[in-house]
Amino acid sequence: MATTYRICPRSGLQFDTAAEKLMRWNAVAGVLALLLGGIMALGVILTRWPAVHLLPADQFYLALTSHGVNMLLFWIIFFEMAVLYFASSTLLHCRLATPKIAWAGFWLMAIGAVMTNVAIFQGESSVMFTSYVPMQAKPHFYLGLILFAVGALIGCFVFLGTLVVAKAEKTYEGSIPLVTFGALTAAIIAIFTIASGAVILIPTLLWSLGYIREIDTIMYRIVWWAMGHSSQQINVSAHVAVWYAVAAIVFGAKPMSEKVSRSAFFLYILFLQLASAHHLLSDPGVGSEWKVVNTSYFMYFAVLASMIHGMTVPGAIEQAQRAKGYNKGLFEWLRKAPWGNPAFSSMFLSLVGFGFLGGISGVMMGTEQLNLLIHNTIYVPGHFHATVVIGTTLAFMGLTYFLVPVLFRREVLFPGFAKLQPYLFGLSMYAVALVMMGAGTLGVSRRHWDMAFAGAGMAYEWPGAAYLMMGLTGIAGVVAIIGGGGWILQIVFSLLFGKRLDEGETRSTPIPLTLPPQTGAHAAHVGTPGTMVLALVFLVSFILYYFVNWKYLSSLWGMA
Amino acid sequence: MADQEERVPVMQQVLDNHFLLLFLGITIPTVIYVLWGVMEVANIAVAR
Repeated sequence: MATTYRICPRSGLQFDTAAEKLMRWNAVAGVLALLLGGIMALGVILTRWPAVHLLPADQFYLALTSHGVNMLLFWIIFFEMAVLYFASSTLLHCRLATPKIAWAGFWLMAIGAVMTNVAIFQGESSVMFTSYVPMQAKPHFYLGLILFAVGALIGCFVFLGTLVVAKAEKTYEGSIPLVTFGALTAAIIAIFTIASGAVILIPTLLWSLGYIREIDTIMYRIVWWAMGHSSQQINVSAHVAVWYAVAAIVFGAKPMSEKVSRSAFFLYILFLQLASAHHLLSDPGVGSEWKVVNTSYFMYFAVLASMIHGMTVPGAIEQAQRAKGYNKGLFEWLRKAPWGNPAFSSMFLSLVGFGFLGGISGVMMGTEQLNLLIHNTIYVPGHFHATVVIGTTLAFMGLTYFLVPVLFRREVLFPGFAKLQPYLFGLSMYAVALVMMGAGTLGVSRRHWDMAFAGAGMAYEWPGAAYLMMGLTGIAGVVAIIGGGGWILQIVFSLLFGKRLDEGETRSTPIPLTLPPQTGAHAAHVGTPGTMVLALVFLVSFILYYFVNWKYLSSLWGMA
Repeated sequence: MADQEERVPVMQQVLDNHFLLLFLGITIPTVIYVLWGVMEVANIAVAR
């Protein structure tokens, strides 16, 4: 099918018009899911704030279910579909493979998301994101998730098909660009994730319809987490690809070493999904060998990959800044970075928060013995608000500031607020993650509606610090929701009322892609001492926190 | 000499083979995480 290509006059990027429309619709659908999930977040956070305790139990679990599903699946995966189409057709300068099938995938995702939300708001499917059996939701809760998953699977195959088209039509030579390689990593993990979801959700749907008598609870948890956790690993790959993209867009930065960065993505492909096992470290039925091999030996390869990306992205920025003359001392390159540009500030806050808060806590949680300290406590949401919200959502928000004029051809309204928004949202989420992890270390449960257990026969006396931490969670959470809500309003207003920008030239044939030579051992060496210092600070923090937790564990389990 | 310069390293060939990467990315977690885990649970003796 013939298509046309638009050359964006602001970025020079080339958009296949069919792919461009799909990117816009997927991004908008994602933001709608984010809006709904954000409203539900307010209900959740104001209920977990002990002094407020807003919602009754049934409404709290309904809000928690909707918050989890909309944020962890619908917002993220819709946006990732936009990223996949961008990273394939736009970055490879080629047409999108089978746009009609891609639209079928989009509508399946949209129908599935609406269906699952309808089931949740009807009130009889408050099974939370994990939907552990034997809790049973209505059949259309599971059916909606299955339709959404099938739609996303179609999107992944359209992405792979577009890579084949680009190669066949020779729109690039050699290897695909690094950002596209990161998107490929996300797509591969997505295919494993979605297939696992289908394997467990189809029998669960049949069980809720009465065709299957029971689902084994441990078996369910193993297969469900292959979807539940791996879906968050799609995010990791996608937001790391976004970090590289923003570094290239804002600074013209080239990766320090393409080979090293690609090898790190390769480690993700091989090992990142295995981290799913850390949800089962306290489960009976699976042995220590399975737990340790998955979460320690192999997961550490994925951790190594994240540390490589965490060093090479700021290292690439440092090299680009030093090439521009910001050479004074260790950190002039960082001080003179465009901190008022929300695309950069979002990306950098995402990178630092993901590494220091999400990464370090993730390794601690993935250690079988240490996991006992915090298993099923609110430490776990603290960790994944650092990875998914600070890491992924903040990076996607930053990219959107770039996409509004480039993809949607609108001027971003309220530029003053745009400068502040990443700090308002990002730093308050730093606080949320930290105090949640603090409360979890004191044992506050992950999901319980009432931490005080009011009226329970065997009440538990929490230390005052636990209530303080949960109160701070509430305050910081409300600030974060204001920051996130402000972003949604800003983007929606910009799309509706922002000044229309020039579309640029439209062509019937694409301009072939010319890739710069890959940087490697032969590239001119520019030192990155500032990044090395930051990496050392990270390593020292990592080691200290890890061993503090061993000390903490030893004080819980006296050996005398 | 020219042939040597044009030879693509093995690792790069692996990274450029997207469907090999897809195969590895599906197979490894399926075997090490899913199948091994499911086999362990399936081997638990049923209580009588």
